Amino acid sequence: MAGFVQQVVEGLGAGAIYASLALALVLIYQFTGIVNFAQGELAMFSTYIAWQCVAAGLPFWLALVLTLAVSFAGGMLIERVIIRPVEGAPELTIVIVTVGLFIFVNAAAGWIWTFLIKDFPNPFPGGALEAAGVSVSFSTLGVLGVVAAVMGLLYLLFQHTKIGLGMRAVATNPASARLVGIRVGRTLALGWGLAATVGAVSGVLVAPLLFLEPNMMGGVLIYAFAAATLGGFDSPLGAVAGGLIVGVAETLAGAYVGVIGSDLKVGVPLVIILGVLLLRPQGLFGRAVVERA
Amino acid sequence: MSATKVVTEPAPVRERRPPDPRWRWAGLALLLAAAVYAPFQLVPFHVFQLTMVLVYAVALLGLNLLVGHAGQISLGHGAFFAVGAYSGAILLDRWDLPYPLTLPVAAGVAFVLGLALGVPAMRLRGLYLALVTLAIAIFLVPLLKRFEAVTGGSMGLTLAKPAPPGWSGLAEDQWLYFLTLIVTVAAFLLAAGLLRSRVGRALHALRDNETAAEVMGVRLSFYKTLAFAWSAMFAGAAGCVYTWVIGFVSPDSFTVNLSITLLAGLVVGGLGSLSGPVLGGLFVMFVPSISQDVNDAAPGVIFGLLIIVVMYVAPTGLAGLAARLAGRLVKKIPRKE
Repeated sequence: MAGFVQQVVEGLGAGAIYASLALALVLIYQFTGIVNFAQGELAMFSTYIAWQCVAAGLPFWLALVLTLAVSFAGGMLIERVIIRPVEGAPELTIVIVTVGLFIFVNAAAGWIWTFLIKDFPNPFPGGALEAAGVSVSFSTLGVLGVVAAVMGLLYLLFQHTKIGLGMRAVATNPASARLVGIRVGRTLALGWGLAATVGAVSGVLVAPLLFLEPNMMGGVLIYAFAAATLGGFDSPLGAVAGGLIVGVAETLAGAYVGVIGSDLKVGVPLVIILGVLLLRPQGLFGRAVVERA
Repeated sequence: MSATKVVTEPAPVRERRPPDPRWRWAGLALLLAAAVYAPFQLVPFHVFQLTMVLVYAVALLGLNLLVGHAGQISLGHGAFFAVGAYSGAILLDRWDLPYPLTLPVAAGVAFVLGLALGVPAMRLRGLYLALVTLAIAIFLVPLLKRFEAVTGGSMGLTLAKPAPPGWSGLAEDQWLYFLTLIVTVAAFLLAAGLLRSRVGRALHALRDNETAAEVMGVRLSFYKTLAFAWSAMFAGAAGCVYTWVIGFVSPDSFTVNLSITLLAGLVVGGLGSLSGPVLGGLFVMFVPSISQDVNDAAPGVIFGLLIIVVMYVAPTGLAGLAARLAGRLVKKIPRKE
């Protein structure tokens, strides 16, 4: 029993990381209807910035603040320069552009920082909390805490500030939002900036566990997609719930289903994506879109 | 009255006079002649490179059918390429099948797999299809490593390349090149025929407007699934030829990077045109090998930037640009009305 609970706890830790990247994906989808295939790579790039700051001698938390600020600005810039020209274009065009961004950011990081693995400092202390035969490492607790905090901050932003109100208006109906005087373009850029910031948090959380290298987020991205699909692409709460479920499912499948083992765990997100899309395409928490043809 | 003066109202779509078909045939014949002549003039390594261009062209032809003509996106065509390559390799390795027979089997396996995956995938909207195909491409590599007894695991399978028959007097690289050329020409004829048929018209209709296509009697799910399966088949055939040419398959040759590179090549080569896959093949083959000298990451930077730029300024890719250029040249040559 303790072994099972242990696996669940570890699954939650992994799931929290998927949740944070899924949150970034969902933020952008809500505002622009775009699934950003480059989200993971942007997070990886942000993490490199943090690494560079730490390597230059800055204390970790200062480096983090700096990284988040740079990521926010970078996200807004990408929206303005790269995404704006194809806004409203067919889905195919937008997907291809974000895939282009994916390749470009990945290669750019490789060019600047080489493809060699870098050690990333773990912000949380080592050791673990022991209770009833189950040990929860401080690192896992830290990851869960950070994701909960990000979630809480986003909730406050969306529900209790004027900016958040404007953002929700744009997400619901851009045309009406523009008519009541909301700067839609600026709000969309803000959404991208926020998503890049949340993504950066997820990158910084992943890096100590996976080692920092340009392809670090490739594996995480597919789990984040599964999380967002499961929770519903238009629901931030769903993204977090989806992330945790995917993390636990993946860990349990790897531990208890002999055929899957640790190497075929990557099949879990595929099965989840396919299953959700066939059975409940809007996801657990999403709204079903009724289309008038 | 001369027709050129009556352009008072702006046409909604700029009409381009289709070039005289004779020019097109002359161009194709010239191209084919050059393709047959080339291996006798080049060193073996360059012949090999050209062979690989043709292999990629066949795979891109399949991807083009799906992305360019049916408007559905796939980020996982490397997986079908791998399935074709492994089918060919396993048939050669296990059953010692004569290699010409591996091609139809590999293509068939890819077709059936495309059909099987296409049924659930095609019920999905475009975006989700991209997700599912990406997940498939990522999942394939550990899957290939797992079934070690059949696939050779991480070490892969090493095979003998097809030997040139004595009567031909060709070297191995030249023989492989001609085999690939035959497959490529056949694939292009097949694709061209397919696109001119009822299927091709149905695909264009559903790409341009799903609702209108459905009203006209095109069964969307049927034709989308069919397009997916056909395009998987071409990728599988290309994979099989790849096995002949390289004589070695391993899971790490077919990572998700291959899928993304294929899509990049197709976009830059030109979506929805028949010459796009060839230009894309040249691009996929030569851009990395030339730019790698600058930096390991240079091909990625170039690919990424070019995809974005091409989507902005020339959605029809290099093929579209070439067609525009050719159109201008042909216009300068007076022709009889």
